[in-house]
Amino acid sequence: MARAAVLERLTPIAWRVATVEAVVDETPSARTIVLDVPSWPGHTAGQHVDVRLTAEDGYQAQRSYSIASAPEAERLELTVERLDDGEVSPYLTGELRAGDPLELRGPVGGYFTWRAEDGGPLLLVGGGSGVVPLRAMLRHHAARQSDADARLLLSARTAADILYRDELESRPGVRFTLTRERPQGWTGFDRRVDAEMLTAVGPDPAERPRIYVCGPTAFVESVADLLVALGHEPSAVRAERFGPTGG
Amino acid sequence: MPPISRGFFGRRRDEVDPSRVPPGQYVVRDFPVLSAGPTPRTPLDEWSFMIDGAVDEPVSWPWEEFRALPSETFTVDIHCVTKWTKLGTTWTGVPVDALLETVSTEGDYVVAWCDGDYTTNLALEDITSGQAWVAYEFDGEPLAPEHGGPARLLVPHLYLWKSAKWVRGLTLTIEDEPGFWETAGYHNHGDPWREQRYWSD
Repeated sequence: MARAAVLERLTPIAWRVATVEAVVDETPSARTIVLDVPSWPGHTAGQHVDVRLTAEDGYQAQRSYSIASAPEAERLELTVERLDDGEVSPYLTGELRAGDPLELRGPVGGYFTWRAEDGGPLLLVGGGSGVVPLRAMLRHHAARQSDADARLLLSARTAADILYRDELESRPGVRFTLTRERPQGWTGFDRRVDAEMLTAVGPDPAERPRIYVCGPTAFVESVADLLVALGHEPSAVRAERFGPTGG
Repeated sequence: MPPISRGFFGRRRDEVDPSRVPPGQYVVRDFPVLSAGPTPRTPLDEWSFMIDGAVDEPVSWPWEEFRALPSETFTVDIHCVTKWTKLGTTWTGVPVDALLETVSTEGDYVVAWCDGDYTTNLALEDITSGQAWVAYEFDGEPLAPEHGGPARLLVPHLYLWKSAKWVRGLTLTIEDEPGFWETAGYHNHGDPWREQRYWSD
């Protein structure tokens, strides 16, 4: 693991009241929230924010969500997956609507980040909604017209669960795998991520790619172990895990 | 005043004692995993625990010797900066006090270092007087690799990133030397009761 290089100490990480400009349903269980954040200090692709909800009696709940938008975008976007037994995500994906205030602070996290000047090659591996910070990286890559070789492998349960499918399909170097179904005409992978799949997606360990893996804990544990076994440097593999609890 | 979240009622847990839940935290029953890279797996015959840095004489214990040190079994609440709190977790390990007794130092701080190159900094006053352990069992079982096995630091009164997984040693330092997350935007001290999550808190 490389030492995190940057001291993120420019703007205090203070609570701000954003306004929801729009909500966009991405899949049956995930929604993108488009936010206008007053004096947003800017972020780096891969970072997250803390969101805080306050009930009328003063009760509060906080959770962290990855930023889905590129640093270059005018609006901050979060994509939230609904966890049915969650406390915050059902609200964000159900009740919240355009015009509502939403309290947040950030950006947070100085390690699971990619800047165009970091260069490539880049290997992004996402499980389920773990693709959210990786999409911010790809959008940043596009916004900066980076010529870094960037590849994404996204694992989803079913085709309907693939986040940002149209956008991702329009990019080179993006591959999907489905773990619970194989629809007619499907040309992607149809199994859990394994060594053979990672080899097919590339780049070769000899090219020393920067690797970002984000998803549920078991997914990240498995993929990170496979990558190291394939010969990638452990320090080149940056991981962001989320457990089944949360949301 | 924070804005009211229209239509938000929250899910209070009556069975949870609120005095055990720091601000902004919620109680979980499972044991989430957070770490920044792959899980390192060091064979036990290559494992040792070392105290070095600003000490008269560095000390190190191979695994078997470390396991033979007097241990304690203790039950504590743990708090992760990602908002989850787990109540009543039971661990077995060696008190840091006992490890530090073997050296004399002029340092006031330590850097805990680990397999996987993770580091975190702590003041001696936060890890002495019965406040910290190097733990190798969780719930009576050997500590699983994804939770920091074979051994991790446990400093339950601070956010859990201070409880370095896969810890291999403590380096005594004269000056406070911020570690991995402390240089990546997180708080230098990390007291959950004062909600010291990020550097500016």
